[in-house]
Amino acid sequence: MRRLGFCFWLAVGWLAMMALVATFAPLLPIADPTEVAFGGPREAPSADAWFGTDALGRDVFSRTVHGARISLAVGGFAIVFGMVVGGGLGILAGYFRGRLDQGVGFVFFVLLSFPALVLAILITATLERSLLVVSLTIGILAVAPVGLLSRASTLVFAEREFVAAARVLGATHGRIIVRELLPNVVIPMGALTLLGMAVAVVAEGSLAFLGLSVAGDNAISWGKMIVDGSGLRDLQNAAHVTMFPVAVMFATVLSLNFAGDRIRQHFDVKELAF
Amino acid sequence: MRSVGVGALMAGDPLLSVRDLHVRFATERGDVNAVNGVSFDLHEGQTLAIVGESGSGKSVTAKTLMNLLPRSARVSGEVTYGGHDVRALAAAGTKHFFGVQMTMVFQDPMTSLNPVKRVGEQIAETLRYHLGRSRSEARSEAVELLDTVGVPEPARRVRQYPHELSGGLRQRVVIAMALACRPRLLIADEPTTAVDVTVQKHLLDLLDDLRRRRGMSMILITHDLGVARGRADDVAVMYAGRVVETADADTLFADMRHPYTEALLRSIPRIEDPVHHRLDPIQGRPPESIDPPEACAFAPRCAYAQSDCLNGVPELDGLLGLHRFACLHPTGTERGAAAMSANQAAGVTAAGMPVGGDR
Amino acid sequence: MAGSGRAQLRGRDDVLLEVKDLVVHFGAGRRRVVHAVSGVSFDVAEGETLGIVGESGCGKSTVARAIIRLVDITAGEVLFEGRDLAGLEGEELRRVRPRLQMIFQDPISSLNPRRRVRDVIAEGLAVWGDDIGSWSHDRIDELMEAVGVEARHGDRRPHEFSGGQCQRIGIARALALDPKVLICDEPVSALDVSIQAQILNLLQDMKRRYGLTVLFISHDLAVVKNVSDRIVVMYLGKVCEIGSTAEIYSRPAHPYTRALLASIPEPAAAVAADEGDIGDELPSATAPPSGCRFHTRCPRATEVCREVEPVTEPIGDGDHYIACHHPVAVDITARSR
Repeated sequence: MRRLGFCFWLAVGWLAMMALVATFAPLLPIADPTEVAFGGPREAPSADAWFGTDALGRDVFSRTVHGARISLAVGGFAIVFGMVVGGGLGILAGYFRGRLDQGVGFVFFVLLSFPALVLAILITATLERSLLVVSLTIGILAVAPVGLLSRASTLVFAEREFVAAARVLGATHGRIIVRELLPNVVIPMGALTLLGMAVAVVAEGSLAFLGLSVAGDNAISWGKMIVDGSGLRDLQNAAHVTMFPVAVMFATVLSLNFAGDRIRQHFDVKELAF
Repeated sequence: MRSVGVGALMAGDPLLSVRDLHVRFATERGDVNAVNGVSFDLHEGQTLAIVGESGSGKSVTAKTLMNLLPRSARVSGEVTYGGHDVRALAAAGTKHFFGVQMTMVFQDPMTSLNPVKRVGEQIAETLRYHLGRSRSEARSEAVELLDTVGVPEPARRVRQYPHELSGGLRQRVVIAMALACRPRLLIADEPTTAVDVTVQKHLLDLLDDLRRRRGMSMILITHDLGVARGRADDVAVMYAGRVVETADADTLFADMRHPYTEALLRSIPRIEDPVHHRLDPIQGRPPESIDPPEACAFAPRCAYAQSDCLNGVPELDGLLGLHRFACLHPTGTERGAAAMSANQAAGVTAAGMPVGGDR
Repeated sequence: MAGSGRAQLRGRDDVLLEVKDLVVHFGAGRRRVVHAVSGVSFDVAEGETLGIVGESGCGKSTVARAIIRLVDITAGEVLFEGRDLAGLEGEELRRVRPRLQMIFQDPISSLNPRRRVRDVIAEGLAVWGDDIGSWSHDRIDELMEAVGVEARHGDRRPHEFSGGQCQRIGIARALALDPKVLICDEPVSALDVSIQAQILNLLQDMKRRYGLTVLFISHDLAVVKNVSDRIVVMYLGKVCEIGSTAEIYSRPAHPYTRALLASIPEPAAAVAADEGDIGDELPSATAPPSGCRFHTRCPRATEVCREVEPVTEPIGDGDHYIACHHPVAVDITARSR
């Protein structure tokens, strides 16, 4: 067993903590993130307000903790959607080839050629900006890259003789896909989930910057917090309002990337005994 | 230094001499001892075949000679070529030695050919870099070289790309490149494993012919005992990183002493055997290359194995001068016969392998 | 058609597998077609081992894969137990699959690296579990024992085994469904010399123990001779020579068979060493030569070979057929008799 190393566990620890505080945010003994004038506007960090307060006097620490809920939910949901839809289509295309492959390939290329931001703006601007719609928007953007990867990986494994052996044994296509291909294609892609989630978290931040993240004052996300504090005057006088969410987002994305990369290395399949 | 030449060798001095070569690789699971003290001499104009299975260390030995090992390899021992210390030349980054004096042909010609360059340019490049030929000289010499190695229509072929040639022709191009600088020593690492049998014969004939005409020496690395038998003056059989038996080809095949050589020859199906002839396989598995016990590496698979085989590695030695073998109970000797009859009586060797019955 | 013809079909009652005029074409882009197999016919009697030998590109592996329907058959028939496998599709095809099993060349590639070897061997039983009824772990243990892999290693994954053991596992997987026909596609060429004999002996033992009929594909003439009762020599998608092993090796009549036998490092006694000089260049399978496909390399070729495709005809008195206009008459006595 190769060791994953201290840094890996540090990254996992951070992610676990984020997941925990996000899940239990409402139960934690912290200020109400929406309570206006919890302190004075733009107060510097103190014992009362660890991360200080924003322009409306709301507690930045509490908002950062609650912001994790939407940021991580959007990131997680988007990448799961991308994996299931993109990964599934990719495997089917790579295994069956022919017409299906051409069709799926066409859809992927259309998705890739369409400017991602324009697509995101189109969807979020026309539909109600609920958590689901925002997640799906980012998820759709993940479909093509993930799909192309899973198709390429499937093509390699479908040529292998163990797939031929399964056909000769009389295994059905479904069984071959599930038993022979999925474990070989999905496990390497599983590590990508974390990398993809990192991208999705950043994508949510970008949408927020355009004012297109989840709507409503109660829907706090890191991206929206950064936007709130990003006025020129705020940045000069009260940088903490943006810097704390930025720092937490940075640490989270870094941890996701790092852990994802280590897992990918770790599960790189060994095939030769000697 | 423009180039390293070989002075007139003293009569009887070998062209290449390898002494106690060791190569180790550090891996995640521990150190792999790929080569464990290999020694041999190669005289001018001779062919030495190094025979072994995968993991025997034959290819690593060749790569060590050519200074082609990855940096992670730890090498010790002495390699002398025409009086020069080859490892010192390598360390000093000497130009115009590897690929000029000493050159190598690999199993897969595509690894030595650049797929996006015409084959003529690739040969010409070698000539211009090592020998300082002009562009036009190099071009016409490339055509001559292709002609020498039996490529039909060489003037047309120089303008082709590697993928346009058949496997046999590609290997001929690689041989032409290797010969471009008139090397004194050619190392051929499984040169015919990737080609068909009819092509294999032509390539081996070609190498033989070139060696004779140019007075080259050759090291032929192969897993095929038949190839070694027909094409080599001397043969060294390797097992688990060691030379276990070495002799001139006639002696080795007619009068082998090491049980591994004997077992290997017996296990191979041969064309003159009758149909459905029951083969006599070597039992067990190839040896572990990580943390091997201090014992004869072949003992666990050897029908002659006695308890002394398990207490230390036998030295490569022999009473017959040039025929040397690393075995305490050599086949074809009284000691060997005694060991075999003792094992047959017991039904099992000292290493615990059953003898007598067929698996 | 050159190297075609059905004279070699014996029409005996105990014929289990009969291949008639098999043609397999592959598309090679830009409307070019690879003529991988062009009108090959042979039969295999029950309990027999048929060897198919030839160099790379001769179509021997494609024949095997066409019989077992891993590649599409362009034309021709594959009769197995009286049914034409070439016409079967979908569920019907799937139902005959367990009857014909295959062993592959690369033992590492033929095992799924993510599955435990016990599951690999049990896969066939798991696929057909409903039809076969209950299958037990005893059956897997028995198979592992039969092929010489310790049952206690069943929970390991393929990378923990050597190449030879992986091939044993592949054999166990193929035997699990009690097949009638076992197709071996170069089963030992990826293995070390010292392991090849173990696997060849094992295949012989398994053939006897499970009553198999074997199709053995190899480029190695000595290996094929060792295992086969009957041999087909192929060149560029065509049959050159077919007959009993003894006939082919002691009285090779086709110039190509003779070239093969003369090219191996220790040539067969029946041929002269210079008969191996047939040039390096295999013609393209997208534009195969006219007439006899071997005429571009054949030392005996004449005008007729360029124009007329030879058809298989019996030669001598034994079980021996050849597709050649100018066969080499080695055995004068056989001719005059």
